[in-house]
Amino acid sequence: MATQTLLKGETTARRTTVFMKVLMASTGALFVFYVLMHMYGNLKIFAGAKAFDEYAEHLREMLVPILPYSGFLWLFRVLLVVALLVHAYAAFTLWSRANSARPQRYAVKSAAKGAARSKMMRWGGITLLTWLIFHLVQFTIAKVNFNGAFSAEALKIDGHASTGMLVVASFKLWWVVLIYLIALVALGMHLFHGVWSGAQTLGWTNSARSRKLAHTVAHLVAAVVVIGFAVPPLAILAGLVTGK
Amino acid sequence: MNLTLNIWRQDGPNAQGRMVTYQLADVSEHMSFLEMLDVLNEQLVEKGEEPIAFDSDCREGICGMCGLMINGKAHGPEVTTTCQLHMRSFHDGDTITIEPWRATAFPVLRDLVVDRSAFDRIIQSGGFISVNTGAAPESHSVPVPKAKADRAFESAKCIGCGACVAACPNAAGMLFMGAKVTHLGELPQGQPERWARVVKMVSQHDHEGFGGCTNTGACADACPKEIPLDVINQLNKDLLAAMRVRG
Ligand code: HEM
Ligand code: SF4
Ligand code: FES
Repeated sequence: MATQTLLKGETTARRTTVFMKVLMASTGALFVFYVLMHMYGNLKIFAGAKAFDEYAEHLREMLVPILPYSGFLWLFRVLLVVALLVHAYAAFTLWSRANSARPQRYAVKSAAKGAARSKMMRWGGITLLTWLIFHLVQFTIAKVNFNGAFSAEALKIDGHASTGMLVVASFKLWWVVLIYLIALVALGMHLFHGVWSGAQTLGWTNSARSRKLAHTVAHLVAAVVVIGFAVPPLAILAGLVTGK
Repeated sequence: MNLTLNIWRQDGPNAQGRMVTYQLADVSEHMSFLEMLDVLNEQLVEKGEEPIAFDSDCREGICGMCGLMINGKAHGPEVTTTCQLHMRSFHDGDTITIEPWRATAFPVLRDLVVDRSAFDRIIQSGGFISVNTGAAPESHSVPVPKAKADRAFESAKCIGCGACVAACPNAAGMLFMGAKVTHLGELPQGQPERWARVVKMVSQHDHEGFGGCTNTGACADACPKEIPLDVINQLNKDLLAAMRVRG
């Protein structure tokens, strides 16, 4: 039943659903920036595993000596994790709100794009979250090698364990590539709607021109990210990148 | 034409509802959708059954009372209100499923009738301008730029029917609110209360149990008055500005 009352007392913008969306849009914008940088960095694998490792090393030396070694990287990681918690918290809160806003469904399921888009964002988001945990364990936290054809020795360059070689070894397995392609489809769809949606949430789409622009940018970002991330794993699987 | 109608029947706000199937013969394609329901009701009364409760008032597309979910579409297949929908939009032998708006904030009162007073409370919370009563001021004393007047007018076309809520996958009332916020916010008379208005209206909206917006555009597609999606952008923009102005 509706509440049937007029809200009493002070109201604040920060406790509204629109503000939740603003949180989601601004953290989303940070992810978009990060994802584009990450994608660009991955392309380094075409210059060989050693160049890839050096690139990763540069990230640790960023802003040294103003910050200690790895300082910038850790600050950015903390920022991303906090942003992810905020983004996911807002997403789940609004999701459960939407469910209680319509407990009784329609008998005729509408074919409207609306329902599909919301489902795509929510289930796609969960797919991304699941994949993200796998991804971080695989390449950052535990550095797991699933490919038996590569010994621990083969993954070393100049006596040091090479992340670049780990990447090459991993994507020689079709099922690892498949997992990444599935995650990319989810990411692409998320960006396809999310970038446009974020622009609208932040109040940037007030004219017909800016609306069109937001849609175009959303489609472009989605395409660039999917293609940019998909190319290295596919090239490795096809044997075009050997690492050493 | 002959039709099969699946209609939601519910005896009261707390009663368990159910879909009931009716056969209706010899429907003229010149009838409006509501006239078709009137004919069905006459037959039900003749048989001693309870007629189907549905809302209507003006029957000319301006009051916003007549919203029905017809085959999963708010106000049916055309861009118009249910009262302005004609049976020529359907075919002989069609099955038509008719449901009430579904939203926690719009509880069903009986059959197809819902309580849309949540919209009234949103308006009461901030969808107004304050003026001193007395003689009407000279209308040309406050100039309004043409573009703003046009946008205000376009937004003022909202009739509060609730189709946007009904069509939204989150049952959000953002298009309705965006229309009011844009209508008043574009005009000089709307400025003094502008930043308080948006915060109060959205707060009341959330309090009523509507969902949050996901910018799908289902609302604007369903709106019989073709209120454009960008009014929601204006709403978001005003809320952000309100945070800066009011803290
Ligand atoms: C942890 C996993 C994630 C979950 C559960 C999640 C979930 C969601 C949900 C439910 C929405 C709202 C959709 C809507 O308003 O229609 C959303 C919006 C968004 N997401 Fe994510 N997401 C995740 C990760 C990401 C990532 C990795 C990115 C960037 C690459 C991203 C970028 C965005 C953007 C830009 C928006 C638009 C904000 C807005 O609608 O105003 N998200 N996310
Ligand atoms: S915005 Fe359109 S659909 Fe929503 S209440 Fe107003 S007229 Fe009806
Ligand atoms: S009855 Fe008034 S708009 Fe349909």
